[in-house]
Parts: sequence; structure tokens; C-alpha cells
Amino acid sequence: MALCRRKPCAASQFELLRRSRGPAPASLIGAPMSAAAAAAAPSSSWLARLIGGPRAGWVGRTPRCSPRRFESTVAEKLPRFASGNLTMDFPGGKVAFTPKMSFISESPEERAHCYRVLDEDGQPLVHGSFVQVSEQVAVRMYSEMVTLQTMDNIFYEAQRQGRISFYVTSIGEEAINIASAAALTFDDLVFPQYREPGVLLWRGFTLQEFANQCFGNRDDYGKGRQMPVHYGSNKLNYFTVSSTIATQIPHAVGAAYSLKMDEKDACAVTYFGDGGTSEGDFHAAINFAAVREAPVIFICRNNGWAISTPTADQFRSDGIVVRGPAYGVRSIRVDGNDALAMYSSVRAAREMAIGEQRPILIEALTYRAGHHSTSDDSTKYRPANEIEWWRTARDPVSRLRKWIESNGWWSDEAESELRSNVRKQLLHAIQVAERVEKPPVSDLFTDVYDLPPSNLREQEMLLRETIKRYPQDYPGEVPV
Amino acid sequence: MAAAVFQGFGASTALSLSKSFDSKRVKLPFGRSLSERRASFVVVGSDGRVVLDSSRARKLVTNAVATKGDSAAATSASKPGHELLLFEALQEGLEEEMERDPLVCVMGEDVGHYGGSYKVTKGLATKYGDLRVLDTPIAENSFTGMGIGAAMTGLRPIVEGMNMGFLLLAYNQISNNCGMLHYTSGGQFKIPIVIRGPGGVGRQLGAEHSQRLESYFQSIPGIQMVACSTPYNAKGLMKAAIRSDNPVILFEHVLLYNLKERIPDEEYVLSLEEAEMVRPGEHVTILTYSRMRYHVMQAAKTLVNKGYDPEVIDIRSLKPFDLYTIGNSVKKTHRVLIVEECMRTGGIGASLTAAINENFHDYLDAPIVCLSSQDVPTPYAGTLEEWTVVQPGQIVTAVEQLCK
Repeated sequence: MALCRRKPCAASQFELLRRSRGPAPASLIGAPMSAAAAAAAPSSSWLARLIGGPRAGWVGRTPRCSPRRFESTVAEKLPRFASGNLTMDFPGGKVAFTPKMSFISESPEERAHCYRVLDEDGQPLVHGSFVQVSEQVAVRMYSEMVTLQTMDNIFYEAQRQGRISFYVTSIGEEAINIASAAALTFDDLVFPQYREPGVLLWRGFTLQEFANQCFGNRDDYGKGRQMPVHYGSNKLNYFTVSSTIATQIPHAVGAAYSLKMDEKDACAVTYFGDGGTSEGDFHAAINFAAVREAPVIFICRNNGWAISTPTADQFRSDGIVVRGPAYGVRSIRVDGNDALAMYSSVRAAREMAIGEQRPILIEALTYRAGHHSTSDDSTKYRPANEIEWWRTARDPVSRLRKWIESNGWWSDEAESELRSNVRKQLLHAIQVAERVEKPPVSDLFTDVYDLPPSNLREQEMLLRETIKRYPQDYPGEVPV
Repeated sequence: MAAAVFQGFGASTALSLSKSFDSKRVKLPFGRSLSERRASFVVVGSDGRVVLDSSRARKLVTNAVATKGDSAAATSASKPGHELLLFEALQEGLEEEMERDPLVCVMGEDVGHYGGSYKVTKGLATKYGDLRVLDTPIAENSFTGMGIGAAMTGLRPIVEGMNMGFLLLAYNQISNNCGMLHYTSGGQFKIPIVIRGPGGVGRQLGAEHSQRLESYFQSIPGIQMVACSTPYNAKGLMKAAIRSDNPVILFEHVLLYNLKERIPDEEYVLSLEEAEMVRPGEHVTILTYSRMRYHVMQAAKTLVNKGYDPEVIDIRSLKPFDLYTIGNSVKKTHRVLIVEECMRTGGIGASLTAAINENFHDYLDAPIVCLSSQDVPTPYAGTLEEWTVVQPGQIVTAVEQLCK
């Protein structure tokens, strides 16, 4: 990590520094903008720069230290009362008071709108606003989505055949995986839950490396210590998957805090499902990110199911997107099966997160078209025809395919060639991974600490002695 | 703003803590060579006036000491050193490490401008800014998780639990992530975090605030645990913990923060895995840590008068145990008494008994005796609370029994 500029900033702390961040134009927060208006917007507008070119300059950075410590009830962030209503001063700022008693409704009259760019036939909607995607990027996104889909199918089958012990598919969520990864840079730190291998795929993790982890062989970067699909790669900035739900969310906030101190041009991104938002870690982490103005993007894959628990049993709010404003976090609801909408929203979120040093919440609506894992049979709690419908009629992969085909960037030949190539590579990767030997016994004791302490060295010695004495009781193919 | 007490200033250095504070102008002690530091200190008001000189200031702090018996710590006798309280020693160690390495940061509840509930982080927010000394909301699991995420990304955070008992809420992050991620990632991500806070039985703090978490955490693979007991080892262990690449849990004790001792001026770092020989002896090995060290030393005085020669070892390293020092002692005395504050079931004493029995069984002339608190929540009433903690009288009786 670059260790630039970590001097103490005590001097600036007590000056009332102006935050020179420009707020994103009202057009992005609020009413949608017409395509014509977007195209005609002057080149100096923030949105036009974003849409026009891949990387615009930042709006002003926020200072490292908060000047707010010794100001008491500052009402900076609350809206102003132009109407001249009488107001009360409480800790937290001014509020207008009203003699009329009314409760805020528990559910809105209309649910939050969902941002989408392509319709079901892969055609761009009229009056849409989105970040332009080049042919190269679009075709690459599609290929990776196909690769992810194929990888999921083949590894799932491998588990059924007993070749690997466990697998978790991301069927139905390929667009979320790949499109969000495409919108980030490699410097952005990713804290996944477990249904986001597409992000690794985009960053260059090879099919062989995926297979090695699933087989837990000697070439696995995790040295065979975790279940399949618990990938991790420090060089690709993808933090090792931990089975515990939502624990990665505070990790992402901590990492963003580290990036903020370093003033790096990068943000932290974390993924979690609808079920994960019920965990205490989600609440505290998003609250914290808002208070500390951390550059994090929270991407919630609302796929409707937490194993067998539908969202109606998980929460009663209007999804996850309404929770953002509850914590003071800018949020958007996106069609998670629309690759272009995912791409645009994550790009915009990234610019805001880094440029304005704030967290952003993205709720991607989708459907978990596969089972929760290979240990689950979801037909037990949901109708098989519903699963089938989402898998075929609402498949995000074929939706993007229709779009790239309509642009003349793809063809049937390319499709069959891609699919058979990927399938061949995967089968080969599995065969190779199966044959590579497992990690040796010494790897049982390394990395618990930086160096093995005496008690672990002693325990290793005891284990080796036992294996030597009773070799028939230990697996023969594991090297000692 | 309250007056602050600083070590080692010459009276001529003006220190202003008002809003026009300018760190470039002020020469703070730790940036200088440490040999320049003097034993006197000055109390400075918020407008820069010297309020008290060192002789009167010394009186200011001596009344709150909660020592029981000698603090017979091993200080280096070559240089005069400087006197301070244990919480100041922790602060000194912390500040030296923050000065030395810009990656070190602190997070916890009220650690920033409030200075920490036991004043260990006092003055740090003013010096290093709000980002390096971070006030967190009341969400222990989450800010511990934040610390772990920051550590994996390259920072060296120190997470403070306001009371160790609150870290029970952080158990998930500590066990499943802090202890585990270095291992499960195949060594790709390291977690150089320090988790510290006051624990142990205080003065009528009630059951929830009298937890001994070392017994709950000792099983977690991947973490190290140390307990400090004197200003000297507090500073040394704090520095060692920060410099270690492993996650370290540093246990402090609520009643020991005002212990006073003279510590060396020069920089020193102690080893995280070593025990401390408090009093060499021949008849019996008494193993203890944290506050019980003082009860043991008090009992030792009585024992010496009665003609016994106890060897007292402050084990300091709770995970892993320093079986080398302990073993040498057992081989010499052949009798072991463990005095701890943990509860009897599943405490540090229980593990230590098992470890010594396993490794040094042949050298023991008598079964190991372990004095611990009873398996009850700590009561609030002062007399009841006193009965749950091992007292010097019990220690004397136990030694007499053991040496019969």
C-alpha cells in the first residue's frame, strides 16, 4: 500500500474547512433525465463528464480531519425551512414543529423505483441515462457472464458426482457479479459474501485457480484450509471469503477508512444478500460509514431468498434501499439482472464514493435461480416452475446477449465457440486440479501465527509421530 | 478544557491546548531523544500557563494508587528513569508507536477527545487527528470488524474495549475472522491488530463489568494473549503487541491503572511470550498474572516472615504459556501454586495446570494447587465481592499446605 501523506493533521483540524465537494446534480438524485438532455448537457456538468468519458477529474476532496468536533448542534446536513415555520433547536439541529399529529407510514404509497436500462428483450429503454459501454467491454462482460454460468453448472455437476464436496452457484446473479466488477478498478478492495466469484473472474482469476481452491489442492492460495468457493486473492484485492454472514461489511468500512487515510483513488466494495442485512454488523457498519464518511459501496444482492426464508419473513421495509436514507446514505435500487444498469450505477457510485468521500448503497433486485448451495434443494420451499421461469425468461445472460447481438457485436457462431471453449477449459481444469496433490501436513500448522510457536511445533511433532506409527489410519495420498 | 499533565517538559516549553493549537510549533517529548527527558513534569493549563510545578504535581497523583504490597518490578537500574502511572505508561508506549509508525491507529468508544474512559488515549486525538484516533459508535462487533478490515488492508489498528466484558459482543469477529483469516487465506492477509481494554474484578462494578475474558478467549487459535501488571511491562507489552504481525489481545486490569513506578527513559520493547521472574525462591513456584501478582507479593511478605522462600513468576503471556521459564522453576522447587482471578472452570489456571501436569509431571512432589475465583457472577456487595477474589491469607494457607 502506498504510504503517502500520513502526517498528523492537527493544525487543519480546528480550521473551519470548506468541503469543496460539489453535490451530484439534482438530476442524478431525483427525477430521471432525458437522453436528449443528457446529450445536450454542457461539458462542465458532472454528469456529462461521467457519461462522456470514462474517468473525469474529481470534485473536491474532503479533508482528513473533521472540523466538527467542537461545534455543537450543527444543522448542516438538514434541509432548510424556507417556509419560515417555527423551529425548535435540539441536539442534531433544527426541526420544524407541527401541531398536527401524524405518524410516518410504515410502508410508502409507492415502492422505490428500480433503475433499469435494457428491457426484457435487451433493448435500451427510451429516456434512459446510462454510461456508454464500448464493444470491447460489452463483449468481455458477456463472455465472462457466460464463463461464470458455465463454471457454475460444471462445478455443480462435479459436486453431484462427488468430485468436490460442496459448491455455491451464482445462477441468476451473473450480471451483478460481472457488471459491478467491470465498473470498478483493480485498486478497489472487494469484500465478498460468497456468491460473487464473478468479480474474481473479471479481475483475472483463472479457471484453474478456481478449480484448485475447490479441490483444496497444493496450488490453492488458501492452502486447502477453506471450503470450496471461499476464494481469496490478495493480488487481485479480493478478500478471502469467510462463511460468517455480514462480517465482511464492517471489514469493508475499516478498509475504506484505511484508504481514506491514505488518500487513495480507490474505494472499498462489499457484497451481501437480503438476509445479511438482518445482521447487526450490517446496521452498525453502514451507520459507521455514514458518520465517518468512508468511501464504501454497499451492494446488496436482494435475490428474494435467504436459504428458505423469503424476504417477507426477513424484513418488512420496502427492501433494502429505504434503509440507506435511514442512516444518511445515498442509495439506489437497480435491476440486478440488467448488466448495463448495474454497470452504470456502480460506476456512478464509485465516482461519488471517492470524489465526495461518502458511502453509497446499491440494492440490486434479482432472483436466486439456483439452490442456496449443493446442500439445499430449493424445490422444497418454492415452486419449480417459478425457478424455471427466472432461469430462462429472466436470465440476465441472455438479456445482455440480445443487446450485443442487436449491436452487431455477437453471433451464434461466437456463442457456440465461446461456450464449447469454456466448457473444455473447465473440464480440463478440473481434471488437472483433481490430480494435483493435497497440501502437506506441515500446512496444518503454518499461518496460524506469523511463525509457529512452540506449542504448535510440539503438536506437529506429535502428529507426525502418530502418522508414522499408524500409517494405515491416515490418508495415503496426503504428503507428510 | 481541563489541564493536562505531561511528562518530561522543561518548564520553558509552552503548550497550548486551545483551538489555535499548532502541532508544528510545539515540541512534544517523544519526538526528542529520550535521554533529554527529565523526571519532573509540569501541569499546564489550557491557555499555556504553567499551573503547577513538578513538586506539587507529584502530590497530585500519589493518592490514587491501588497497590497491594510491593511492586517489585524489574526496572533497569542503570539510568534514573522517570516515574509514571500505569495508564500513562500505556499511553507512552502507544504514543511512541504512533509516532514511529504512521500506520498505527486507535479505535474505540470515547477514545478520541474524551481521552478514553481510563485516559489511556488522552491527548492522542489532539496530536494525531480524528482519523488516527477514531471514536466509534456502540457496536463492538462492528468496530472490531472494522479494525480487522483495516488491518488486512495495511493499517495497524488498536481496538479498545471500554471494558473487556463488552468485547464479548465482538467474539464473533475475534474468533471467526481475527484469529482465522490469516490461516484460511493461506497467509495472504495478515491481521496485525491489538485488542486491549480493562478487565478483571474492580471495586463493586457489578457482574457484567467484572468479566475475566482471558478464559473465554484462550481457546481461539490464531491470537496471542498477554496481561500486563506494572507500568514497566505495560509499556513494553503494548509496544511489542503493536509491532507484532499477529493479532494480540492485551489484558489490563481496572484496579491497576494508577500504579506508580519508575521506568527507564530509553526505549524498550518486551517479548510477548516471556514470563517475568518477580521473586526468585526455592520452596514453591507461585504462578500468577495481572492484579493477583500484588496479592501474591503481599502474601510473600508473610511467607518470608514464616520462613518460606516462594518463587513468584508473573506469567504475563497467557497464550502461549512460557513453559520454559515455568518449567525451569518447577524443576527447581517441585511445587506449584497458581493464583488467578479467573473462575475455576475453564480459566487460565485450569489450562496452566493441564500444561504443567503434562510436561513436568515427573518433577512435581505434590499436586498442583490452583486458587481461583468461584464459579459465580461477581456480586456487587463489597464484602461478597472480596470473597470471590483470592486474598493473601488464602495464598499463605495454600503455600503452607503445599509445603507440608
